[in-house]
Amino acid sequence: MDILYSVLIDPFVQMADMPDFLLQVLWEGFVAGVLYALIALGFVLIYKASGVFNFAQGIMVVFAALTLVGLHEKGVPAYLALILTIGVMGILALTVERFVMRPLVNQPDIILLMSTIGLTYFLVGFGEFVFGGEPKQMITSQLGLPTGSSAIEIGDGGLLILQHIDIAAAVIAIIMVAVLAVFFNKTRIGRALRAVADDHQAALSVGISLNQIWAIVWFAAGIVALTTGIMWGARSDVSFALEIIAFKALPVLILGGFTSIPGAIVGGLIIGIGEKIGEIYWGPLVGGGIESWLAYMIALIFLLFRPQGLFGERIIERV
Amino acid sequence: MRLHTLTAGAFALALTAGAALPVQAEDSVYIQLATYRTGAFAGSGIPVANGMFDYLTMLNERDGGINGVKITLEECETGYDTQKGVECYEQAKSKGTLVFNPYSTGITLQVIPKASVDKIPVLSMAYGLSAAADGNTFPWVFNPPLTYWDGASGIIKYIGEQEGGMDKLAGKKIGYIFLDAGYGREAIPLLESMAAEYGFEMVQYPVPGKEMQNQASQWLNVRRDKPDYMVMWGWGAMNPTAVKEATKIRYPMDKFIGVWWSGGEDDARAGGMDAKGYKTLNFNGVGADYPAIQDIKKYVVDAGKSQVEPAKLGENLYNRGVMNAVLMAEAIRVAQEKTGKTVINSEDMRLGLENLNIDEARLEAIGLTGFMAPMKTSCEAHSGHHAMYVQQWNGEAWEKASDWFEPMTDKVKPLLAAAAEEYKTSNAPWPARTEPCAN
Repeated sequence: MDILYSVLIDPFVQMADMPDFLLQVLWEGFVAGVLYALIALGFVLIYKASGVFNFAQGIMVVFAALTLVGLHEKGVPAYLALILTIGVMGILALTVERFVMRPLVNQPDIILLMSTIGLTYFLVGFGEFVFGGEPKQMITSQLGLPTGSSAIEIGDGGLLILQHIDIAAAVIAIIMVAVLAVFFNKTRIGRALRAVADDHQAALSVGISLNQIWAIVWFAAGIVALTTGIMWGARSDVSFALEIIAFKALPVLILGGFTSIPGAIVGGLIIGIGEKIGEIYWGPLVGGGIESWLAYMIALIFLLFRPQGLFGERIIERV
Repeated sequence: MRLHTLTAGAFALALTAGAALPVQAEDSVYIQLATYRTGAFAGSGIPVANGMFDYLTMLNERDGGINGVKITLEECETGYDTQKGVECYEQAKSKGTLVFNPYSTGITLQVIPKASVDKIPVLSMAYGLSAAADGNTFPWVFNPPLTYWDGASGIIKYIGEQEGGMDKLAGKKIGYIFLDAGYGREAIPLLESMAAEYGFEMVQYPVPGKEMQNQASQWLNVRRDKPDYMVMWGWGAMNPTAVKEATKIRYPMDKFIGVWWSGGEDDARAGGMDAKGYKTLNFNGVGADYPAIQDIKKYVVDAGKSQVEPAKLGENLYNRGVMNAVLMAEAIRVAQEKTGKTVINSEDMRLGLENLNIDEARLEAIGLTGFMAPMKTSCEAHSGHHAMYVQQWNGEAWEKASDWFEPMTDKVKPLLAAAAEEYKTSNAPWPARTEPCAN
């Protein structure tokens, strides 16, 4: 009976007792969800255009952030370092398209996946070689991003603490998604990309260059990685440990579908908020630390009802 | 033709073998340093590696080694990965290392059973298996100057003093945030025992290795639970993230106390000025004003033989590496005296580690007056329950926030003895000590 109370009643009593704390948990979950969504977006962009699950997306986050901070450490002004980093991500996109994707065109998906695993280890080694293994602090204020926090009083002495960088992360993520949506829906390249995503051969037959499209999506994924790296780096620091965070995007992808940009956003928010609520209110029942697997549990439960994910395309095959 | 091919092959093989082995002149000894300059823990691993490497290099450059015997150094990258660490141990064994420094509790636990078989002393300075302090059970393992249990007891003692006496701990809530790995879990038995004895509540906040940079949930729990004090057993990327998260929830930083491995400058710096007040234990001096550190600067850093950034010379974890190297160098010196040999082997090194006696006079002689508390090891005591102090972050640097103080040895010692017995039982048949005592 006590167990039932602890599982079914007590967490909700706690939520009602401390509404300010509940709001804080929801806010933290929202911010984490936005960042997960950004990482997942990087995966979706590449998967949509090439059917490749880009294992290297996590290390691209680290590599982009390290390049930015590393250039600044070498005396490059922050905004110039940002522009140069965007350039580096562009060069990386072109290099990947030319030396990884193009030679492997028409190879089975598993080969392409393996190539992105190889790319991951290359970027780890290359990043450590160029920038060293020591963690670096994100140049948050130099980039004009806000620091500090504001507290909002709620109820009787309750506090909702909002970190300014988290607010900025949410705003930037929303802007980025809007820009990507316009890019994919309203521009010629965006329509070409959607055509490639629908059918490679049909796209080729109407003169769309696969190579060009691949380079563009890898570049877009690089920009998303840079944004994620800046935001997450500002929350802790820029180190190779960040790479692991990227795998938080996996349950988001399972939930939202591998091909859906809205799916990445909604999936990210569900996972972000769900894992925080779960860890805070139900975690203590089992000694805590459930966050790392709870996200997968949430995704698996959704999968039982929608195997294609929330927004994924339903696959209907005739027998 | 055939003979010619064979000769060429043999020559090539000899060259290859020569290349694979470290170059060891007759008057040199070999030490492998298991380090990690890559991966998620590199932030903590790099300064320690630099400190160890630079002090021993300085002895080579300044004094021509120890009593004329040069130290051949080689690093083996573990990435803080237990499997890679064990591979490094095997490599160190094949190359005849004098001593093995795992720099990871996980690796230490794996190599402890091998050490007595291979006759290679394991030096886990203030980390690893606390029970290894019992030299009669673990003749090949050394964890001076303190065990994790000494550290945990030290923090509880310090909190007791802050509260006005140990009896004031009753009814208090002490949070324990830790890396959910062998390292972080090591202090739990002692803290639980202290909680039962002094009547405080201990609340645990495990941080999985994969979530080191994603600790929002743990700190939200801290905000809800409102512990009177927070104790941290963090390493690598966990430390700066925890300090930042603590500032985010506006936790009073002077009530947040880390173990000595959570006290890197970069760990505290991450929280900016908001991290002011954060405390950690320490057992080595901070700063570059010691004559020995100045010699490192002169003979190693300025000569371009170090990997340390000049600005980081003398930082806490760098000096921790220096202290680790001091223990090795002093053990070599003692072993040379005890055996009458200059080129010692790993069995002699064990003897040296078991007979360390670094008193004030010796510290002055090596240019490290005040750098550490005088320390001594013996056949029975491989750790020694030596003194520690609390340091506090002032927003820019560490400041000493307490005098040197002893751990609660009377509480820790019986628990260590019981844990050693338990280890023997669960790893039966554990070999009885056969090594003679030369104290």
